[in-house]
Amino acid sequence: MRKFAKYLANSATEQASDTPRLSRRGFLIGAAGAGLTMAFASSGIPVASAAKSISEGAFEPTIWFQVRPDGRVIVNIVEAEMGQHVGTALARIVADELEADWNDVELHYVDSDPKWGLMVTGGSWSVWENFDKLSRAGAAGRTALIEEGAKLMGVSAGQCQARGSQVIAGDRAISYADIVRDGNIDRSFSEEELKAMPIKPPQERRLIGEESKALDIPDKTDGTALYGLDATVEGMVYGRPLVPPTRYGTGINSVDDSKAKSIPGYQQTLVLDDASGTVPGWAVVIADSVHAANAAAEVIKVDWAAGKTADVSEQQILDEGRRLIDDASTGALVVNEDGVDNAFSSADSVLEQEYVTHSVLHFQLEPVNALAFQKDGRWEIHTGNQWQSLILPTLAKALGEKEDNIVMRTYLLGGGFGRRLNGDYCVPAALAAKQLGKPVKLVLTREDDSRFDSIRSPSVQKLRMAFDSNGQVLGMEHHATAGWPTKAMAPFFMPKGENGEKFDPFSIHGAAHWYSLGAHRLRAISNELASDTFRPGWLRSVGSGWVNWALESFIDEAARKTGEDAIEFRLSRLKAEGKNAGSAPNSVGGANRQATVLKRVREISDWGKDMPADTGLGVATTYGQERNMPTWTACVARVHVNRDSGKVTLQKLTLVTDAGTIVHPDGALAQVEGAALWGASMALHEGTEIEQGEVRDTNLNTYTPMRMRDVPEIQAEFIKSTETAVGLGEPATTVVGPAIGNAIFAAAGVRMRTIPIRPEDILAALKA
Amino acid sequence: MTIQFQLNGEAMSLDVPEDTPLLWAIRDHAGLTGTKFGCGIGMCGACTVHLNGRATRSCITTMGSVSGQQITTIEGLDQDGEHPLQQAWVDAQAPQCGYCQSGQIMQAATLLQDFPKPTDEQINQVMSGNLCRCMAYVRIRKAIHLAAGSSDSSSAGSPQFYEPGQEEMSNA
Repeated sequence: MRKFAKYLANSATEQASDTPRLSRRGFLIGAAGAGLTMAFASSGIPVASAAKSISEGAFEPTIWFQVRPDGRVIVNIVEAEMGQHVGTALARIVADELEADWNDVELHYVDSDPKWGLMVTGGSWSVWENFDKLSRAGAAGRTALIEEGAKLMGVSAGQCQARGSQVIAGDRAISYADIVRDGNIDRSFSEEELKAMPIKPPQERRLIGEESKALDIPDKTDGTALYGLDATVEGMVYGRPLVPPTRYGTGINSVDDSKAKSIPGYQQTLVLDDASGTVPGWAVVIADSVHAANAAAEVIKVDWAAGKTADVSEQQILDEGRRLIDDASTGALVVNEDGVDNAFSSADSVLEQEYVTHSVLHFQLEPVNALAFQKDGRWEIHTGNQWQSLILPTLAKALGEKEDNIVMRTYLLGGGFGRRLNGDYCVPAALAAKQLGKPVKLVLTREDDSRFDSIRSPSVQKLRMAFDSNGQVLGMEHHATAGWPTKAMAPFFMPKGENGEKFDPFSIHGAAHWYSLGAHRLRAISNELASDTFRPGWLRSVGSGWVNWALESFIDEAARKTGEDAIEFRLSRLKAEGKNAGSAPNSVGGANRQATVLKRVREISDWGKDMPADTGLGVATTYGQERNMPTWTACVARVHVNRDSGKVTLQKLTLVTDAGTIVHPDGALAQVEGAALWGASMALHEGTEIEQGEVRDTNLNTYTPMRMRDVPEIQAEFIKSTETAVGLGEPATTVVGPAIGNAIFAAAGVRMRTIPIRPEDILAALKA
Repeated sequence: MTIQFQLNGEAMSLDVPEDTPLLWAIRDHAGLTGTKFGCGIGMCGACTVHLNGRATRSCITTMGSVSGQQITTIEGLDQDGEHPLQQAWVDAQAPQCGYCQSGQIMQAATLLQDFPKPTDEQINQVMSGNLCRCMAYVRIRKAIHLAAGSSDSSSAGSPQFYEPGQEEMSNA
């Protein structure tokens, strides 16, 4: 969330910083309570003592760590742990510069006490935004420990070095534990000193980039890991919501619970009155157990007055998208270079295609849930969440409380994927607990969770490319429309386009490509029928998922049109010059780095080789999500198409990723594997549609994410690099879908422009 | 009504309606939360426990049907949490969010009873009823092979790095 804070701070100019900035504050190191605390000062540098400031809590709690007298190094983690092993990656950055023994390092996940500052985990930002700060903080700690260790050994600091949680001078050494016990460190570093901190050159790193086991894994193999669903408190009752037929505008005429009264454990049904407008038309069944609440919910009749979207269909949303694209007055011009209209008016030929993506459920395996109660006058919300700072103001409004009187306690997330960036599920739990005057544990069934999901919006996109008579590209246009999650939930985060219209950057990430393809126009349009019908969500890679389905399929079609090899077509247009030259610190090398991953994937896949019948290779390459934080990604997919059944078998994915410095290689590989299979699953296995204002598929009987038997062979490589560490949680998701679509064309000669791709779609295309 | 059964080797007596799913009895009445709720219709496998030693979906198993039976949960698979599968899960770094993994491990334990040296195909057949939404499938399969000492034909391995030459990174 620091990044969001930066956006807020910069809202006057609406220019986002592309550099993760070091806090404009000093750094404090001092003994306090249980050990030696190292933290950023909350305001200026105190004249008195660092230790005193720390003991008074006058430090920025977003990033801090402690060396305990027993030698343990405790690193506090503000980020949500949802499978990315983020704590391990962040702690290794600190420990490397601190020269701590990795075996001494432990993680502590914090709650949402306002003292922690803003909290969000998403966008594949965690490592990128914290790397520099954590490195400098670790180096400051090492410097202070060396100074104090030298003093205790009676030598000069210059004679000492730190290694493995020890300060070493020749054949003498003193452990960090002994320094903490016997020393008296009270040290502060100014902002300037921190900036000048001697960060180790990459070749001296001992933890970053080296193999290690993730610290959060053992508890996930023996049942001891605690997720939101596992939260309990004395005296709590269970709540099961009765989810209304439309997301917005529903009212409750009446509730008839007469048939539930005989169910053992049923208590009552609450009709919620939500001042925040988050869950209009909700009722909550209260019972002694989940089972009793569910049994009662089966027989309770609610007479709802549905909202105006009760009849909306997926087709209507897509048609509305088409209408918006055809109306040139709509949307924000994200890119609008000179010469686009000239390119098309002077073109010898124009390629134009439309691409569609259907609704996608998060289907994080742990249905959303929350435990809410008041303790000593303060509200506590126990749940797994990715963006505590976003939901706190809403909770405050719903409860009629001040934000600082609400705290969110952190649990592991049984899957995030962006669903838990939106904490709307906390609101009904809190409202029920307030109304009832006792703790309520709200547990959504899977069907409730799907109906209440902030789905990935269906999208429609139109792409056009202008060619001269020699087949050279003169310019291109890309028009994209979908329901915008950021407009629905965090509108303060919307920058202005070239025409002054605001847009959701997440809805269009991935489209500001690094190809030299002449004059470029990129238009992002909000589909309000979509966002009136459901609350659009951020789902793993957000817009870059649907944008690249269109863009990288279209590039393939353009290469087919000019008769060039699909990789050669791209390589000849990935030139690090002009706007695509790249810049420090995040995109050094620019389009060349994208060309490198593409060349490498060509080398290690079977590109150019003869394939068996009905088998083909397809390629796609993207910069991940954000143009100012590019993760260079390339993929070759190999598929087989069964011409009788229409079934597509994904046989192999070859992926090459340049994410700069890789902090935790095994965790990085796990993210690429998972993200790649998400991309494949969305292209071939899952997807749903809006029917009668709701998602059609609500459970695994009809919603069918990829299973183990569907998993292709995966070959994944990283580019060895010491450039800025960027994101890894999402980029592979963006590249796999179009690589599959392009492979299907290579295998069977049919061009699929809609995902998910179903066997019946393949058969229909083969017949056409 | 009072239902008596064995839970992780100990006699357990719960006063719950017969139609209560075993899942919620284990979690909310017996207080063992390692068994997870995912879909409620027996199709995700997060709730998998052993009923008399065989993998069973506890979300669609009623308490009335387990009277007198032996139930084992992830907490009871091994007293110290060091079952070969659990160790292999750590060695292969299989879990991501981890929510499905209790069920995956309980299902895999039954798999290894039936196929002590399973092939990829046998693993795929048995384990495809267990959804991993993080899609950590490659590592789950690898972990099963590790525990069984069988050979993994997939390419699951350690991260590979490629160092481009200077000329490749320059704008030649």
